Amino acid sequence: MLKGTHQLLACVAVALLLAIVSPGHAASEQYKGKIYSAGELKPIDSATKLKVGDRAPDFTLSTIDREKVTLNQFREKKNVVISFVPAAWTPVCSDQWPGYNIAKDLFEQNDAILLGITVDNIPTLFAWTQEMGGLWFPVLSDFHPHGAVAKKYGVLRSDGTSERALFVIDKKGIIRYIDVHDINQRPKLEVLLKELEKLKK
Amino acid sequence: MSMAVLFLFLGAAAGPNWSLAADQTPVAGAVFPDITLSAPKSVEAQDYLGVRGKASFKISQIPAQLVILEIFSMYCPYCQREAPQVNELYQLLAKRQDLKDKIKIIGVGTGNSAYEVQVFQDKYAVPFPLFPDENFAIHDAVGRVRTPYFFGIRINPDGSNRIIYSKVGTIHDPQQFLELLLKQADLK
Repeated sequence: MLKGTHQLLACVAVALLLAIVSPGHAASEQYKGKIYSAGELKPIDSATKLKVGDRAPDFTLSTIDREKVTLNQFREKKNVVISFVPAAWTPVCSDQWPGYNIAKDLFEQNDAILLGITVDNIPTLFAWTQEMGGLWFPVLSDFHPHGAVAKKYGVLRSDGTSERALFVIDKKGIIRYIDVHDINQRPKLEVLLKELEKLKK
Repeated sequence: MSMAVLFLFLGAAAGPNWSLAADQTPVAGAVFPDITLSAPKSVEAQDYLGVRGKASFKISQIPAQLVILEIFSMYCPYCQREAPQVNELYQLLAKRQDLKDKIKIIGVGTGNSAYEVQVFQDKYAVPFPLFPDENFAIHDAVGRVRTPYFFGIRINPDGSNRIIYSKVGTIHDPQQFLELLLKQADLK
């Protein structure tokens, strides 16, 4: 019993320590207490077979605006950035897209379209992105069959969420950049923009 | 009994609000943490803050009587919507000859790189200096507040300081906010 209490105390100590020192994220007051914190997660929980130079697997998904978006429709027209985020209503994800939302000009300057994808269903994605004040780029639901596109891209985690991953695909449909990011951290915008600028050359 | 207390404790620590750290946020009446910022690159911003020629400075070294500090993030939708109000507050001060040298506004982009802060500055034509807090060092120092968060920091002639405003969320009407701060700071 005493030993059990000690173990529990140790758990509490570790949990407190994690809550205090886990690497920062700043929660927006926008969401009040509605963001679900899963705590610190395993940074990467999948292994993509895709590599730079590969043809990007095609897919068609429904958007929150009840439209269908197919990757190949942008062939010869636009560079494509795919932003997989793990789940709606979670930390980090809940600010990554609002950041992209004020960077529309920067994507356009690089002749790029952004596609946001999660494995959530459409009503959830709708409510979540409404809370952000709406987004300029298509938000795609990879809900049914569950995570099929995430799986195709090798970024489906063992718990059914996706990685926090960025894929840059050029106008020929070739993958030019892959960043399967530490799920607990937000990728830097300038790193993505530099990759897009490289496509001009 | 003690087990129940422990679980309660555990719940508070791992709960969804990150409430633990927020308790460490300095409140009105307290002294603002002694944080150091790198001097801005633009001469205009250096002059606004009276830190020309310095590599870095502390908030209490700004030659003003009141510093309004916004903790924001380029990635925070609320901060994006709040930007015009804070700009308006700056414009109100700029028009007041009696106040413009006494009150300064700065923003700290928590978790933002210099590039990301610049994106925010350009997007909203923010007229006051913004600083990156890429590694969350300042965010940690102020108790990991939600954003936007506003501090009013009264600077005393002897270099000490006292917080006169410490709140999350919108400043609402910039004129009324200014009047509130003037009263709290005992400035006229």
